[in-house]
Amino acid sequence: MRYAMAIDTKKCVGCGDCVVACQTENNVPHGYCRDWIVENVVGSYPNVEIELRSERCNHCDNSPCVRCCPTGASHIVEGGIVKVTHNMCIGCGACIQSCPYDARYSHPDGYVDKCTFCDHRLAKGQSPACVAVCPTNCLYFGDLEDPNSDVSKALKNRKWKVLAPEAGTKPQLYFLT
Amino acid sequence: MMKEELFISGRNIPNVDPYLNIWHWQIPIYLYLGGLAAGIMFFAGYFTIMRKEKDMETTVKWAPFLVPGALVVGLFALFLDLKHQLYFWRLYTTIRLESPMSWGAWTLMLVTPLSFIWVASYMKELFPKWDWKFNILNKAEALAIKYRKSMAWAMMLLAVVLGVYTGILLSAFNARPLWNTSVLGILFLTSGLSTGLAASMWMSKSKYERKVLSRLDLIMIGIELFLIIHMLMGFLAASEVQIEAAHLFLGGEFTVVFWVFVIILGLVFPATLEVLELKGFHIPVWIPALLILIGGLVFRFVMVEAGQITRFLY
Ligand code: SF4
Ligand code: SF4
Repeated sequence: MRYAMAIDTKKCVGCGDCVVACQTENNVPHGYCRDWIVENVVGSYPNVEIELRSERCNHCDNSPCVRCCPTGASHIVEGGIVKVTHNMCIGCGACIQSCPYDARYSHPDGYVDKCTFCDHRLAKGQSPACVAVCPTNCLYFGDLEDPNSDVSKALKNRKWKVLAPEAGTKPQLYFLT
Repeated sequence: MMKEELFISGRNIPNVDPYLNIWHWQIPIYLYLGGLAAGIMFFAGYFTIMRKEKDMETTVKWAPFLVPGALVVGLFALFLDLKHQLYFWRLYTTIRLESPMSWGAWTLMLVTPLSFIWVASYMKELFPKWDWKFNILNKAEALAIKYRKSMAWAMMLLAVVLGVYTGILLSAFNARPLWNTSVLGILFLTSGLSTGLAASMWMSKSKYERKVLSRLDLIMIGIELFLIIHMLMGFLAASEVQIEAAHLFLGGEFTVVFWVFVIILGLVFPATLEVLELKGFHIPVWIPALLILIGGLVFRFVMVEAGQITRFLY
């Protein structure tokens, strides 16, 4: 099993519902978030393009954050989800430095926190909170190894890219362009 | 002419953006003291193995008194950096070969006791009135003295591991382009050796010893300058993110601190003073020594701070 997410940058309107849904679902402290919206403006007038991306941890296949963790608090679970065990984390910050996407943050309680693909919801057969709430349905989630999953179907007919592939982390968020 | 292109990429998380800097003064202090300790231990071990304990008395016997202190303060700085301090002990319930932090924690676990034993083995010789009080300590001391040669080898080896580690801790992060160069391990080791020599030189009262140390230090400074140029050239020949990293030092916001405090006041000027001293001019030894020690410290601060600004663009 390999969980992944596809994000349709043509459908996203940057409303931020995914951000709020995650903050509520996962009790993210004020001033932090596990997912966020990036507005990417490229070009020069009059040919300016804007791309909106809902970003979060890429649950990388080759995850530097897991490798550099001195205690084993950062680890990989079923489906390739990268997680942090709070009471094993010493808050050294190494994993935060190692992430090319700045996807982790230091929780005010001391440990490091990040997106979990809502694995507690997956266990109940639900989709991640951000996916469930998106009003434009631009987030597709599922198992890449299952050709009938939402994410596999979304990737089949569209062009996509991943962010900073040159970082070598094999990220698992696919942005439909 | 290059076509002008606007590229704005932004997110807005108040406690994380505009850039993540999770490491503050604690980490550069930790890396600096680790390097300094490695430098002192390396040469204490080296001159012991060369049977130069008599001529190089300060380097072998006195300067190592600084090491346990430096290591303990360094470890404490690392501890202060941790955000979840109650779980500190988790570092020592696993060994994770892929994690530089884990390597460092374990290396310090070996180096620190060794440095204490080394100092203890010279207590009676340096302070004739010293008394260990307990018989078992006297026996332990005799044992330590007997195995001093083996300890010297272990110290040299561990000093190299420690010195290189202080660089690898940063260079292992591919996500921070300024750190992501294999030169950093050997560069921080060299800088650590140079600061160690400076400390011994400052403490020494023997003219001969100071001369030997100052010659060695000149070699270290030469290597260090070469490695720094090597590093910058490597960046300039690499990808965009590393070119931008190099520009932090070549016109960017760290240019002045880097060239004035690290290169000129921390390396070139003290080296010039050392050359003049060797040529017979009288220069108080504390001036070049202090400059080198401060230069090394500023270097760690600059690298840690600047590295956290550099990142992949997407
Ligand atoms: S996005 Fe960052 S935190 Fe997530 S798996 Fe990749 S490197 Fe780790
Ligand atoms: S901050 Fe926590 S999860 Fe991250 S590397 Fe350190 S111990 Fe591991």
